[in-house]
Amino acid sequence: MEISKQTLSRLYEQMLLIRSFETASEREYKAALIGGYCHLSSGQEAATVGSTYALEADDRLITGYRCHGFALARGVPPEAVMAELFGRAGGCAHGRGGSMHLLDVGRGYFGGWGIVAGQLPIATGLALALVRQQRRQCVLCELGDGAVNMGAWHESLNLASVWQLPVVFLVMNNEYGMGTSVERASAVTDLHQRAAAYGMRSERIDGNDLPAVIEATSDLTAAARDDRTPSVLELVTYRFRGHSVADPGLSYRTTEEIAEHAKHDPLQRVRATLVAAGVSEDELNALAAEAEQRVLAAVEWARADAAPEVSELAKGMYAPGSAAQFAGMLAGAPFGERELVFAGGLGQ
Amino acid sequence: MSTVETVTNEPSLEPQATEVMTYREALRLALREELQRDEHVFIMGEEVGVFEGAYKVTAGLMAEFGAERVRDTPISEEGFVGAGVGAAMLGERPVVEIMTINFLLVAMDQVVNHAAKIGAMFGGQVRCPLVIRTPNGAGNQLTAQHSQSFEGWFASTPGLKVVAPATPADAKGLLKSAIRDEDPVLVVENLAIYKERGEVPLDPEFLTPIGLANVARRGSDITLVAHSYATVRALHVAERLARDHGVDAEVVDLRSLRPLDVDTVAESVAKTSRAVCIEEGWPSYGVTAELAARIQKACFDYLDAPVERVGMAEVPLPYAKQLELAAMPGEDRIEAAVLATLGLRA
Ligand SMILES: Cc1ncc(C[n+]2csc(CCOP(=O)(O)OP(=O)(O)O)c2C)c(N)n1
Ligand SMILES: [Mg+2]
Repeated sequence: MEISKQTLSRLYEQMLLIRSFETASEREYKAALIGGYCHLSSGQEAATVGSTYALEADDRLITGYRCHGFALARGVPPEAVMAELFGRAGGCAHGRGGSMHLLDVGRGYFGGWGIVAGQLPIATGLALALVRQQRRQCVLCELGDGAVNMGAWHESLNLASVWQLPVVFLVMNNEYGMGTSVERASAVTDLHQRAAAYGMRSERIDGNDLPAVIEATSDLTAAARDDRTPSVLELVTYRFRGHSVADPGLSYRTTEEIAEHAKHDPLQRVRATLVAAGVSEDELNALAAEAEQRVLAAVEWARADAAPEVSELAKGMYAPGSAAQFAGMLAGAPFGERELVFAGGLGQ
Repeated sequence: MSTVETVTNEPSLEPQATEVMTYREALRLALREELQRDEHVFIMGEEVGVFEGAYKVTAGLMAEFGAERVRDTPISEEGFVGAGVGAAMLGERPVVEIMTINFLLVAMDQVVNHAAKIGAMFGGQVRCPLVIRTPNGAGNQLTAQHSQSFEGWFASTPGLKVVAPATPADAKGLLKSAIRDEDPVLVVENLAIYKERGEVPLDPEFLTPIGLANVARRGSDITLVAHSYATVRALHVAERLARDHGVDAEVVDLRSLRPLDVDTVAESVAKTSRAVCIEEGWPSYGVTAELAARIQKACFDYLDAPVERVGMAEVPLPYAKQLELAAMPGEDRIEAAVLATLGLRA
């Protein structure tokens, strides 16, 4: 697929932004400014950026918990993502979700989800709504190689196929689910082949080949929008870091293996393409420096942003109309009985 | 089967050899001893082998017992919990690890609709000696989907047994009892409790009986009833109350949730006349709700104050640290509840 130099350069900027963002996340996590689980996507930038680029503005995106890159690629400002990781009120989930539960409804991003494969049935439902509302849009649903062994995968593929739903299941095959390699977890390691069981279209491609990712995702999302053809797209990639920041990622794979994959760094590949197209090293270095600055600014913004108010502990839990009915159940007044007894004037 | 109870604080005539170890190490010791004792015992779960356990409880066991008996599974909880049920029906002794209790929900059907039904539904002709062990708990900013405590749901299910040890000794003793039990047992651990240290009997026949609570601290003014990590908090609060308020609290560690040792709880409350029940889960329809009902029935004539409950604020747990702290049943909230129940103020 022919991609213009300008487009490639813009996507390269996004990839640089994600790489810098992940590096900063790891640093701030180790400095204890970020807590919880923090799953980095370094090494998966081409797959992330290429697939998201194929979406139109009004398509919908839903992902698992390794979602920093997808949020950034979808255009969520790095400030809003970093502030979420810092647990700030200005975070894209108002400090309630953290690293795993990013979202941006305005940009059609319906969330990072933490239960493996939990987002798959939801993706079919998003697609069902699009059909019922007669919209010519599609859903891109990211999942990991580990998620294909959950029942929810099989149920969702069958539903999508039997109802002809406009959804593309994007399997980010980074070769491991935590410490378990695909070979040890899956009877058929060409994961996309499972789509055949549901009469569903599928492809497996090199997820570190940015133009190939764009081409495949564009084809499949177009088929979903135009013909309501669901599909599975397996992108073969690799995560450079451990499963999460807490995992060094070395007990189940060798340093040689990691080094071998580092040689095929998707960023280097795009950079080489740009160099071949006549972009100077200086220009490319300037892009990298800009991305780093952008992330540093986001970290500063997040650092300065306010923490959520403790009085708003239950913000958003119920729709405004019914929230008052639950006010007595919060911390410090867990049930409200005492208040009820006194307010009711028993014996007073 | 010899049972050595850890119920009392009285020294036994023959002091057993003990060693100070963490809760995590005590669980590992129990697993190792039971793997050695009975060839039908085997472990399965996500990352229990090569990765040595997401929380390292099974570290070293695959190297010692092989991949056949310490079996890594794909991410397929419904599948391998169900496989545990089936294997148990044919006399195996599967010990299934679920990485955290949050992920047990996708296997709920196998636990509640299948494992729990086998004994009664087939008239006692088949048994299901399955063990599921899994940590609950919050406090590490793991957010809404990873910070939950569902033991109350399982403890409300006839056909299951549910235990929730609070000390390293009971972690060993209850896990071993669970493995030797003829019925499906859920062993609820806790993320924060793994690093707690305590004396653990080294006798491979040391068992903590299922269904027996333990008076973890003697006191006369008020009874704190808890299980799992809430017991650790309750014991800390009891010390604070003694130091700062001259309050002498008794702490009853439930150890088992189903069966529930109401007698030990009631005996304590009859003595102190006041009870605060503490859990890490949401209190509505929870363990403390059950306790409050049982206590008011058993101790109606003895109570000097309404039974109080402390638990997680009733929200899906938020990520931001201050919000999470505000939601948790922390020691300050427990202390405040105790003082209020005593008619004192902090
Ligand atoms: C149902 C369920 N079981 C277990 C977990 C714990 N867990 C979190 S991520 C993960 C590995 C998932 O691997 P994969 O799908 O390949 O995604 P990756 O982390 O490689 O992006 C596991 C086992 C979970 N979150 N949900
Ligand atoms: Mg993976």
